[in-house]
Amino acid sequence: MRVELKGITKRFGSFTANDQIDLVVEPGQIHCLLGENGAGKSTLMNVLFGLLHADEGEVLIDGSPVKFSNSGEAVRHGIGMVHQHFMLVPVFTVAENVVLGFEPTKSFNRLDYKKADAQIVELSQKFGLEVDPDAVVENLPIGLQQRVEILKALSHDAELLILDEPTAVLTPQEIDSLMAIMRSLAADGKSILFITHKLKEVRAVADVITVIRQGRVIDTVPPTETENQLATLMVGREVNLTVHKEATQLGEPVLELRDLVVRDDRGLAVVNGVTLSVHAGEIVALAGVQGNGQTELAEAISGMRPVESGTVTLRGVDITNRSPRAILDAGLGHVPEDRQRDGLVLSMSVADNLVLNTPRRAPFASRGTRNLKAVEENATQLVQRFDIRTTGIDATAGSLSGGNQQKVIVARELSRPLSCFMASQPTRGLDVGSIEYVHRQIVNQRNEGLGVFIISSELDEVVALGDRIAVIHSGKITGVVAPTTSREDIGLLMAGSTMGAHD
Amino acid sequence: MTDLATETTPPPPRLRRIWHRYSSTSPIVLTLLALILGFAIGAIIIMLTSPAVLDSWRHTSHHLGDIGGSIKVSFDNVAAAYRAMITGSVIDPKLLFHSIGTGRGWDQTMTPISETLTYATPLVIISIGVGIAFQTGIFNIGANGQAVIGGIAGTTVGSLIHCPTVLHLPLTILAGIAGGAVCGLVPGVLKAYTGAHEVIVTLMFNYVCYAFLIYTLISTPLQQPGQGNDLSRTIDSTAILSPIFGVKSGLRVSYGIFVAAAVVVLAVWFLKRSSLGFDFRITGANPNAARASGINPKWIVIAVFAVSGGLAGLAGGVQMMSTTHYIDGGFLIGNAGIGFTAITIALLGRLQPIGIMWGSLLFAALNVGGRAMQAATGIPLDLATIIQSIIVLFVASPVLIKEIYRLREGAQSFQMATKGWSS
Repeated sequence: MRVELKGITKRFGSFTANDQIDLVVEPGQIHCLLGENGAGKSTLMNVLFGLLHADEGEVLIDGSPVKFSNSGEAVRHGIGMVHQHFMLVPVFTVAENVVLGFEPTKSFNRLDYKKADAQIVELSQKFGLEVDPDAVVENLPIGLQQRVEILKALSHDAELLILDEPTAVLTPQEIDSLMAIMRSLAADGKSILFITHKLKEVRAVADVITVIRQGRVIDTVPPTETENQLATLMVGREVNLTVHKEATQLGEPVLELRDLVVRDDRGLAVVNGVTLSVHAGEIVALAGVQGNGQTELAEAISGMRPVESGTVTLRGVDITNRSPRAILDAGLGHVPEDRQRDGLVLSMSVADNLVLNTPRRAPFASRGTRNLKAVEENATQLVQRFDIRTTGIDATAGSLSGGNQQKVIVARELSRPLSCFMASQPTRGLDVGSIEYVHRQIVNQRNEGLGVFIISSELDEVVALGDRIAVIHSGKITGVVAPTTSREDIGLLMAGSTMGAHD
Repeated sequence: MTDLATETTPPPPRLRRIWHRYSSTSPIVLTLLALILGFAIGAIIIMLTSPAVLDSWRHTSHHLGDIGGSIKVSFDNVAAAYRAMITGSVIDPKLLFHSIGTGRGWDQTMTPISETLTYATPLVIISIGVGIAFQTGIFNIGANGQAVIGGIAGTTVGSLIHCPTVLHLPLTILAGIAGGAVCGLVPGVLKAYTGAHEVIVTLMFNYVCYAFLIYTLISTPLQQPGQGNDLSRTIDSTAILSPIFGVKSGLRVSYGIFVAAAVVVLAVWFLKRSSLGFDFRITGANPNAARASGINPKWIVIAVFAVSGGLAGLAGGVQMMSTTHYIDGGFLIGNAGIGFTAITIALLGRLQPIGIMWGSLLFAALNVGGRAMQAATGIPLDLATIIQSIIVLFVASPVLIKEIYRLREGAQSFQMATKGWSS
């Protein structure tokens, strides 16, 4: 199926989200739509999937114009979509989810589970998407849940598959297998529209790359373009993808973890004897596939989760199992993994969020009374210093983009006296411009002699930032290596092998 | 970057745009619209239920052509009812002109507004307490019981301790606050340390408080000597919040309104300027972020209940000190359960002290005016309750809907359709 978008224009009030966009997806092609958050990718896909109506322009399928008034019509025309947040019923089985809405039935309207299972097995074999049809969706890892979504789209005979930021939630291994699936689908003649802002993936899998910026198609290029070229097209200016780090003097250890054991909510010891130290003036990056205890480790260090055994020391002071308040006051800066859940109060102003964990500290308050003037001055200053794009310091944190929300947290943490700065997944979900900015801030802190501890499941980030890379697997450190170590070796450590080079 | 919100925002349909202009940007306009709707529906109910109107329509159905007359009767009835309600709760222009003209009869002229203020005084205090708890994400359904305990504590100090006014009056007020706070602390501590849900605990605790009230009135020295009934001693004159214009004026409005006014001012300051109030608001808006920011959730739960219970207790104390000067077995129970009215008023006032103050005045006026209407026209007081309910329904439902769907102000709420696209 050949899908063509011709001169699509979509305006919201005075704002033009899509401006005369032309795009052609050939059969069997993996077409990548690359653009920063807010570039207009989403709007365009909403138009194609029938969720929004274009003000101008038309959609052509195999040369004949079509008009979708809802997503159901798009599905009937062979367009399938896998949303970033899956639309699955967690307590249903894979088979039940796939046939949902189009259930095969026996006499008297009884569900025909056998037929449903057979459908799934047939589809999975045809495209190499192995999933157990009887598994309950909520028990499956995210990567498999995504397969179920793809199966669901394919079961409706989708010829064009739209994948919306499909890799944002996946581990490196899952990303590899997703790409294999995409290639096999394309080989089978299906077209794929792949939306992303990650440059590596684009180059690995795409046949054609269309870059959009500020609602316009900037260029359509082959995947042989370099990452730097793509980034420049996407952001509209030169982007420095490699992080420049000066040599620094290694100082005293600031954060020391000794034989740390932490249990998760189910009572399992997901951090199992972690020993690690971070020195002043270095960045230690903790690499690992998501779900190997990183989340719990960060929570334990910041006092949000009890430490079962072992110790956490901050500049020689034992902070094991102290309250979050005491640990903050001891000088631990923390960018939490889930910024909207733990880092911000979205309904409150940027100014209030910038003093969220220092509201009682001078000059923001004295004797129980807040000094709103100091809070405002602080906000005005930090917004400028950290380039936080907001309509004003009174705007709610929820009105900011993800990158600017992260800047608010980073600004808040770096604006108070710290002994150690810890950041969990500091650039998750951010666009290139913001990633560049956050990375620079982190490196600046290190250059100024702060100890920095980064927890990230993005290998690129770990390698770019870390002076030393610690790899965690199943709650244990499988190795601490130099950033010059090959990706294969780090990958092995991430998979649990302890054979990698120790330093 | 800044245009992200705009980019993912499809244009709201016209109706929703209008809705949003009036619901999220201007709560005052919405409240006024709800008021109008409430009175309009009230008018229809009057027409459908009052015998005079029904009779006239029955007459019309027999003698065609007199529809105009029946319509007139209908509107006359409604007008009479609402006139009685307003003159009975605010001021009667006729009496006002008389007083201005002759310089006499001021006491009678001012009686309606004095009654409304008297009625509103404890409502303002207790509703602000409930509102502060709501803002912190805590549902204090037990404000009524806390007010009862405040009343008991106030009566105890007011009647069994004897000292000069300068000491006695503040002591009695403090006793009310302390009584309510202690009563509120029980569910607070239970929630903080055992996780017991505050809605259930506070709701049931009301009954404990009512039982405790009967006990103190029957089996303790608080009972009026020589009485077998559930009646307390009367507090000393030194502990009374006396009428501002003197007992002789007949105007009941007491110095209690200054207590209520002080509570409003303090609450505004507390929520906006105090560190504890800031902690409360953070906890209410995002408990996870509160914890990560070093706020101890246990301490906040306990503190909120102390504040909310203390205000409820103060309301109970002020009610007793300014009106009855004693308490009986029916104190704040049944129709007088201001702790439950407080929940609706807190929602009506959007949890903000100033809004709650206006809401309390409105509810008080509807109640006082409703009684006047009942006396003047025979339309039952329940109509006032119906109007109150309708207003709250209209005002509160956007708040509830926003809560349920986790919508945020303005543009953001339109992102629902495109969520998961490019976040």
